[in-house]
Amino acid sequence: MSSLDPISDVPQEAPHKAPQEVPQDAPAAAAEVVHPGATVPGPRAVAQVSLSPAARAWLRFRRNRLGYLSLRLLGVLIFLSAAAPLISNEHPLLARYDGKLYAPILHNPPELEFGGDFRTPTNWLDPFVRDQFAKPGNWTLFALNHYSSNTINFHSKIAHPAPPSSENWLGTDDRGRDVFARLLYGFALGIAFAACLTILATLVGIVVGAIQGFFGGWVDLGMQRFTEVWNALPTLYLLIILVAIFSPSILALILLFALFGWMALADYVRAEFLRNRGLEFVRGARAMGCSNFKIIWRHILPNSLTPVITFLPFRMSEGLLALTALDFLGLGVPPSFPSLGDLMRQGKDNLDAWWLSIPTMIVVVTTLLLLNFLGDAMRDAYDTRKS
Amino acid sequence: MGTVPALLSLENLGITFGDHQVVTGLTLDMQPGEKLGLVGESGSGKSVTALSILRLVEGARYSGRLNFEGDDLLKKSERDMRALRGSRIAMIFQEPMTSLNPLFTVGNQVAEVLVTHESLTPKAAFDRAVELLEKTGIAEPARRARSFPHQLSGGQRQRAMIAMALACRPRLLIADEPTTALDVTIQAQVLELLDALQREYQMAVLFITHDLNLARRFTSRVGVMERGVLVELGKSADVLEHPTHPYTQRLVDSRPRRSVATPPQGSAPILTAEQLSVDFSVREGFFKRRRFAALDEVSLDLARGETVGIVGESGSGKTTLAMALLMLQKLDHGEVRLAGERLDNAGRKALVKARRRIQVVFQDPFASLSPRRTIEQIVGEGLEEHAPELDRSARRARVVAMLNEVGLSEERIPGLVQRYPHEFSGGQRQRIAVARAMIVNPEVLILDEPTSALDATVQRQVLALLTNLQQRYQMSYLFISHDLAVIRAMAHRVLVMKDGVIIEQANALELFAAPKTDYTRALIRAADLSDLAA
Repeated sequence: MSSLDPISDVPQEAPHKAPQEVPQDAPAAAAEVVHPGATVPGPRAVAQVSLSPAARAWLRFRRNRLGYLSLRLLGVLIFLSAAAPLISNEHPLLARYDGKLYAPILHNPPELEFGGDFRTPTNWLDPFVRDQFAKPGNWTLFALNHYSSNTINFHSKIAHPAPPSSENWLGTDDRGRDVFARLLYGFALGIAFAACLTILATLVGIVVGAIQGFFGGWVDLGMQRFTEVWNALPTLYLLIILVAIFSPSILALILLFALFGWMALADYVRAEFLRNRGLEFVRGARAMGCSNFKIIWRHILPNSLTPVITFLPFRMSEGLLALTALDFLGLGVPPSFPSLGDLMRQGKDNLDAWWLSIPTMIVVVTTLLLLNFLGDAMRDAYDTRKS
Repeated sequence: MGTVPALLSLENLGITFGDHQVVTGLTLDMQPGEKLGLVGESGSGKSVTALSILRLVEGARYSGRLNFEGDDLLKKSERDMRALRGSRIAMIFQEPMTSLNPLFTVGNQVAEVLVTHESLTPKAAFDRAVELLEKTGIAEPARRARSFPHQLSGGQRQRAMIAMALACRPRLLIADEPTTALDVTIQAQVLELLDALQREYQMAVLFITHDLNLARRFTSRVGVMERGVLVELGKSADVLEHPTHPYTQRLVDSRPRRSVATPPQGSAPILTAEQLSVDFSVREGFFKRRRFAALDEVSLDLARGETVGIVGESGSGKTTLAMALLMLQKLDHGEVRLAGERLDNAGRKALVKARRRIQVVFQDPFASLSPRRTIEQIVGEGLEEHAPELDRSARRARVVAMLNEVGLSEERIPGLVQRYPHEFSGGQRQRIAVARAMIVNPEVLILDEPTSALDATVQRQVLALLTNLQQRYQMSYLFISHDLAVIRAMAHRVLVMKDGVIIEQANALELFAAPKTDYTRALIRAADLSDLAA
């Protein structure tokens, strides 16, 4: 073996799996002690650019098939939910009436334009409007599902909640809204909520943990006591009280959750900082005269992010679950917003309407499972003790 | 080898992990009561061989035969092996802190072996444990048996490990670097103890070490391993005095040799420290705090181009002194001057400026380079800080030139500057660490055990590099080491530290020839420098 272990020449789909270990772990990796003074036998097939630690973690992650599959599935789901208005919309994507082309998805023209009597925006489920567009030369191009999250199907022949039919694929909820559309938009909202919450809580956690761990001493002690007091506040109780005071909005909910969600992460970051600040390369940077900010930013932070990164999926799933739970209790987002928890509550109130609870359950459980698989795989990828 | 059947015989033993062959074709016999050494550098397969005798290596595949008292251990069931481990074959590990369970008292752990293998009652086993501890020379064995591992010193812990290993009177004792983690004076005591017990118990000892000196002193026969192959085997004195295999010759030859240039005379000292004191307070109970002096009125000066060696055992304050001189440790008292300028009360800006002139290289090549930065970023950091006028390409040119100077070149290691530290071996990392410190052209370089974590042959190369750089740049070195052989090879003057105080200082040659204090004499005797002609 040459003086460099051949990590650098392993392309992503390399068949051999041994060389990705960090030298300390491999029983014999320390064997390659050839020095520039010694002659190096044989040609050297070493790529010009070597892989960064993050790239190697990515390679390890890719080897976990379940985790990688989860990531791709989640990617597809998130993409679909981001494209929800194109998949499920009460307004057609395109419509042609009397030789004129409309794009109602962007701007819904008043009924007047299509031979109606009122200046109100067109209701595309109205049988009259449908008849108008059934005339020769006129056509509409609808999204896959003809309902938005708040579209009420007034024309259903069955009492709400209505079971699945060709009109409403997953039936309607107790106010006549399409369950598929509610699920799709609810999932999108839940994921967006969880993502915002995760980012915010993580940022606060990193900053607090970094300050505690880096400066230590009284700063650490004081902040730790504060964190403990803060941690002891009953979060759900406070949320219920605060929701009663302020009218619930999504932004307020994110802020409230973030305010109480950073503590666990701060503890991890603090511990990593405490460990890393004593390392020799940090002392070396101090001896070089680097400022505290530079030392934190360049030397300690990148080496302290492993728990942060591996925690992200778990935090996402926590966020999603928290919102769902709150909505289930009726304390979450306002009722006009689509929400998974709200659907579950309706399912509880209408036990015979299985189409409310079961699809919701499947969506929630699948998402949480995927996030957890993803988190597991990421934890393994960042754990250098595993080869 | 005579008529006595061999106690242990390895026949063509091979050990593989996955598709990686770690040990190849190892053939070796051990007679009852024999002391056999196995030496080699890290990665030579000596520890794996030792662990394999007990079949304690996870995920290994074996080939060949491994006979102990006539039975092939490779064919034994796991159950039979368990009965053998700790009773017929016992083992002592390198790090006594991690080999003892911190949750049980030492006496309990020794007694556990007896309960398991000799079916003694817990009470009787504990009494035997106390006897065994007494035998290993631990003072107040009855009290110590009730102590937890963290309450014992390193030497006491290793003695407890030995007591545990000897509990069932094993036929074979495997000692894997048993003294490496200990201070030299304690090292000598533990070795004497092992020697005495070996004679008393008439057991065979397989002694694994990287230290040729220890192998020569302790063993009668020695085997030399290189990358999983036994390259030489014979009487210890023969092999180590007149090695025949080139690898053994290189090993024997790699002991540090004195190579110091005379420093320029009469120049004013570049670094002076006067009466430095650093106190640490240790928590004792809830409200009580005990202060102890890590440094107690230490004064020293360092001339241009001079190397001052600092020796002492662990806890003597060597590293605290280094940190204090670098202004990384708050001083309770005293003054530090660099080229006449006070550092200890310098303002922030002045201190940052002064830091260019005094740099440091640490011991652990794995912890001293940030794993997430490229070599260019690591080495170039000092330039960003102290030569901000350089642009990226100029900085890179300086980095490449510096790396060349420490013996790392783009031709040999393509893409050198973009690589990350994990791709380099210990010696190469230490070169990078030297380049990192040297790039700002410091006048003083503090070397804190710079070669302690390196193999002997690599250590020699790094020492040669340091000597070269000193001669070229007239730098002053403050060389901290517990290894007297290294200090003797490198230093003009030597300071001996003990408990935060400098107890002796003299010219290197004078000090080694005629030590004045008992402590220094003990250190030198323990380090066994007899073979090193200056």
